[in-house]
Amino acid sequence: MNPTIVWIVISGLMNGGIYALIAMGLSLQYGVARVINLSHGEFIMFAAFLTWTLYTGFGINPLLSAAISGPLLFGLGFLIHRTIFTSLRNRSPSPAAFEGNSLLVAFGLYFVIQNVALLIWGGQPRAYYYLFHGVELFGVTFVVNNLIALVISVGLGAAFFVFVARSRLGRAIRAAAQDPVTAGLMGVNINFVLPLCFGLGALMAGVAGLLASMCYPISISMGMNYTVIALIVVALGGLGSIPGSFIGGFILGLVGSVVAHWQPALSMVAYYAIFMFLLLVRPAGILGKA
Amino acid sequence: MSIANLTSRRFLLVAGLLLLLLVFLATFPLYTSRSDVLVLTIILMYIILTVSWAMFSGSTGYMSLAPAAFFGVGVYTAALLFSEKWALLPLPAVIVIAGIASFVLALLVGLVTLRLKGIYFAIFTFGLVVLIRQLLVFWELQIVGKRGQHVIAVSGDTVYYVMLGILVVTLLTVYLIRRSRLGLAMQSIGGNEEAAAHMGVNTTMVKVLTFGISAIFMGAAGAIMATRWIYVDPVIAFNVFYSFMPVLMAVFGGMGQLYGPVIGAAIFAYTERALRLQSPYYYMLAFGIILILVILYLPGGLVSLVPKLQNKLAGLISKFWKGGKAEQHANT
Repeated sequence: MNPTIVWIVISGLMNGGIYALIAMGLSLQYGVARVINLSHGEFIMFAAFLTWTLYTGFGINPLLSAAISGPLLFGLGFLIHRTIFTSLRNRSPSPAAFEGNSLLVAFGLYFVIQNVALLIWGGQPRAYYYLFHGVELFGVTFVVNNLIALVISVGLGAAFFVFVARSRLGRAIRAAAQDPVTAGLMGVNINFVLPLCFGLGALMAGVAGLLASMCYPISISMGMNYTVIALIVVALGGLGSIPGSFIGGFILGLVGSVVAHWQPALSMVAYYAIFMFLLLVRPAGILGKA
Repeated sequence: MSIANLTSRRFLLVAGLLLLLLVFLATFPLYTSRSDVLVLTIILMYIILTVSWAMFSGSTGYMSLAPAAFFGVGVYTAALLFSEKWALLPLPAVIVIAGIASFVLALLVGLVTLRLKGIYFAIFTFGLVVLIRQLLVFWELQIVGKRGQHVIAVSGDTVYYVMLGILVVTLLTVYLIRRSRLGLAMQSIGGNEEAAAHMGVNTTMVKVLTFGISAIFMGAAGAIMATRWIYVDPVIAFNVFYSFMPVLMAVFGGMGQLYGPVIGAAIFAYTERALRLQSPYYYMLAFGIILILVILYLPGGLVSLVPKLQNKLAGLISKFWKGGKAEQHANT
């Protein structure tokens, strides 16, 4: 096989794995909890720095540190929704008003998380080396940690999809996504399921942040780009469609790596081109219902 | 006294106060230091951004996160047309062209996104700033081969007066739009877009047009700010900070009244100058917390306190008044 093509495809899938994770997280937060979470990327950044501290400060293996950062991020997301967004939901006169207000609150969270991180870690970018050696695949050399990131994101995405599609709690989540009020009348505890979804979204952001810190240098301002990408992938896959976000993440990752191979500075431009094309041709996204 | 008389007297009072304020602002550079003038220039800039943001997003309910894009287009228009290499045009022309450039960009963005659900609009505008910045960085590094542009310097007082002029035009325009059919159409879109469309409002046209108008002033403010900065590059010009601040300021001040965003922007911009240099992180952290608290507990913003305070005050006065009367009765 042509090594260039192998390189483009596999590195595209690696990026795509992280994109898919963050987009699935945002899809849960927007599709079910109806929060347009502009601070999604800040959760990713926070988890990335947490992983960095745990590895360089305490010598905890980044992959194992998920046992600390995962529950922490989940709890944080759950608590934020249970306190702020639940009370906002009860105060808002209509779902549309809640969407607008939740966007603004998420905006406030963006400032809070970013500046807490700046107070803890300061402004300089960080990086660490973990499993940083090459391995040959189809005649091309890849870094091991990148491949592990890909495997983890695919595994986690698939596991989560099965959880939503098959489990009882997953059914409650899907019901809440369709109509929270009716789901509440059918015996779904909305005040538990919506914070749960927000928390799971934060958890996915946390795992994505962990993987990102393993593969790339990290900085406090990294969150914004991830938020933009997650929003585009969610729109690409169809608002609220979890498999759509999963597939969309990989599509965007592949497009990004094709463009980056030719001109690295223009990958964001390519994402936008896709987004605009989609808005004009199929606004509901690839798997969304019109 | 008839009601008409009363309202006209009130109108005169407000007009008189505004005139006094304008005279104060116009003579400000005569008796203050240059750094004070700069601080006020920046406050005026934030007021322009916030008022024009609130004019569109506050009334239609479509969250635009693109002020920095229009502001940056203004900055770069000045950088290209008013540079040291070729000063092609006089300053007023550059500012007008910057406004037009932002207007055109807003029309294009609006035509693509405003036909769809509000969420797409928020998503698109959120990343627009990053997109334009990347395109410009690419253009400067790969095609021009030099990063950044130099803009001709203009005296601080000139920048101040131009900014004041843009602000006056902005406020007048927004005031007139709010009172016009266009303003009513925007409010009906914010209330219930489907109903507005059924009533015969051409919703897409109204949204795209007013989005474009709001961008004009942001672009103009960017163009004059560029002459103050002298050197600009894509990262300075397209800073997402200028997208976020107007939203914060407008929400803080309250969007129900024209003066809400003005007050919010004035307070925030002033405290920003005072506190940001000393402890920026704590300051921005407090910013975020205040924003969340305002949305939760004071959805109308700061100005929604005014009627409440008025009621309280009126209650207090009437209590005293009645108390006084009662005393008189007791005496006689």
